[in-house]
Amino acid sequence: MKSQYKTEIFYNYIIIGILLILTLSFLLPFIVVLSTSLISEAEWAERGGHVLYPKKISFVAYDILFGKSYVLFNAYQITFLRVTLGTFCNLLFTTTLAYALAQRDLPYRIPLTFFVFFTMVFNGGLIPQFLLVDFLNLRNTIFALFVPTLVNGWYFLIMRNFFMNIPKDLIDAAIIDGASPVRILISVVLPLSMPVMATIGLFYAVYHWNEWFYASIYITDNQLKPMQIILRGLLNQATMEGMENISFMEQPPPGASLRAALIIFSTVPILVVYPFIQRYFVKGIMIGGVKG
Amino acid sequence: MKKIWKYRFYYYLALPGLIYFAIFHYVPMGGALIAFKDISPFDGLRGFFDAPWVGFKHFERFTSSVYFLDVIENTLIISGLKILFGFPAPIILALLLNEVLRMSLKRIMQTISYLPHFISWVVTAGMITALLATSGGLLTETINDFTGSNINFLGNKDYFVGILVTSHVWKTIGWSSIIYLAAMSSIDPSLYESARIDGANRLQMAWHITLPSIMFVIVIMFLLEIGNLLEAGFEQILLLYSPSVYKVADIIDTFVYREGLLALKYSFAAAVGLFKAVIAFVLLYTANRLANRLGQTGLW
Repeated sequence: MKSQYKTEIFYNYIIIGILLILTLSFLLPFIVVLSTSLISEAEWAERGGHVLYPKKISFVAYDILFGKSYVLFNAYQITFLRVTLGTFCNLLFTTTLAYALAQRDLPYRIPLTFFVFFTMVFNGGLIPQFLLVDFLNLRNTIFALFVPTLVNGWYFLIMRNFFMNIPKDLIDAAIIDGASPVRILISVVLPLSMPVMATIGLFYAVYHWNEWFYASIYITDNQLKPMQIILRGLLNQATMEGMENISFMEQPPPGASLRAALIIFSTVPILVVYPFIQRYFVKGIMIGGVKG
Repeated sequence: MKKIWKYRFYYYLALPGLIYFAIFHYVPMGGALIAFKDISPFDGLRGFFDAPWVGFKHFERFTSSVYFLDVIENTLIISGLKILFGFPAPIILALLLNEVLRMSLKRIMQTISYLPHFISWVVTAGMITALLATSGGLLTETINDFTGSNINFLGNKDYFVGILVTSHVWKTIGWSSIIYLAAMSSIDPSLYESARIDGANRLQMAWHITLPSIMFVIVIMFLLEIGNLLEAGFEQILLLYSPSVYKVADIIDTFVYREGLLALKYSFAAAVGLFKAVIAFVLLYTANRLANRLGQTGLW
């Protein structure tokens, strides 16, 4: 019995040891970037990139960042607009469609749902999609950043499943009370769906915050470039796109600590928020996964 | 008809979403027909009806080009390696986390493991560069100290795919483990109790109870991965690759992007894209049919 107890403790240590190493590996890149952002270019050059922790803290990189921040401030605004407007429209269109197609005895429900399903397994590809956005004159407008991805098929499914699982008794009771469909939606269904709306809304919001590729092909106007585009340009100074942004910043190729400060600057909002919102995400995955 | 009128409110509700799908998904499917035409780079879709039909010319050019085999091979190798390492990893992580007895510790570790999921690929690529840059990269410089050789990780064909797979696993492992942990939390605790009475140790319980109990989820997730076999990680590769690693890193998606949006060979690139879409459709459809047959719900 005694030895079994010992193996048990040994087992626990091994598991926790492996997990600690893993956890550290998730954090390490962030620690390196944070430390690099907190030292001067001189210290960085002197240490030749061996920066795990800052020896002497310097906020020079952040000063430069905020001093020449017109571009960054503008990019932040575009991203903010994209996140708010985009997420709002995403949610509006996803919820209405999902709620309508969640009505079990809606005529033509199956073919209409299939109309959405089919787009999840087959698509026309990048080029026709790009040419369509070009044809509709959406390029270099804020709409190019969310209209082409207005409703995500998976999120539609999660929402539809959620609506389908609302107890029918609640709806029936409201009908007996003489409530109209609009009334039922607003007073019965919506209050119940706040958690799923929050979850899906956050999915969309994080997508908009992080999305880079579509913005890079649809937006060429400097004034409309969101955060990730500017960030990419500055982090990747080797490309033409990068050079253009750097001249825009009036600062020759940004040094390592400035690049690191940029990463921190663009990531902090998410880092601060995600531990608090992750439970919604987890919930969303469960709704979507368990009965997907 | 009367019934439709009765439900008119719901049709109005569905209409905006359905119009979105019609315009932004079904029109591009029709637009993919430019693969059989010669569209001018200046007119784009405006010249759709005037452009001459050329049959399978662009498909034949693709299948007979020197890039064809490379691009297909790279897509399958990168995607296959990502499945090989990236698929079991979150299951192992979930099994490990499931063995942590102190709930607070488990929760902190879980939260940290989700961190990479919330970071954009642009930032991730920036961090990879910060670690692997030839001059000043933490890892490169450290290796340089010990061996005296300066390795150009991101520009080297031998390392590039490894970097892709590693960063993919790093970014997805925590987030993908959620679904397995959720499945584990619904295992009946009495199973463990009776196993303990029978003298099973924790490793045996993990192997004989936990793993079989989540097998259904594992199979469904695996089918999903197979369905997405042609998605080798477009954004990640686009952000990290360079001409010196095209030979191993160029996948169908990046090829379509360069040929179509950089070289403006719209029709040719659309043909390559359609080629991929058709194969992807077969994969996704088959994966979904299998999943449906296995479980009462399946993916949909």
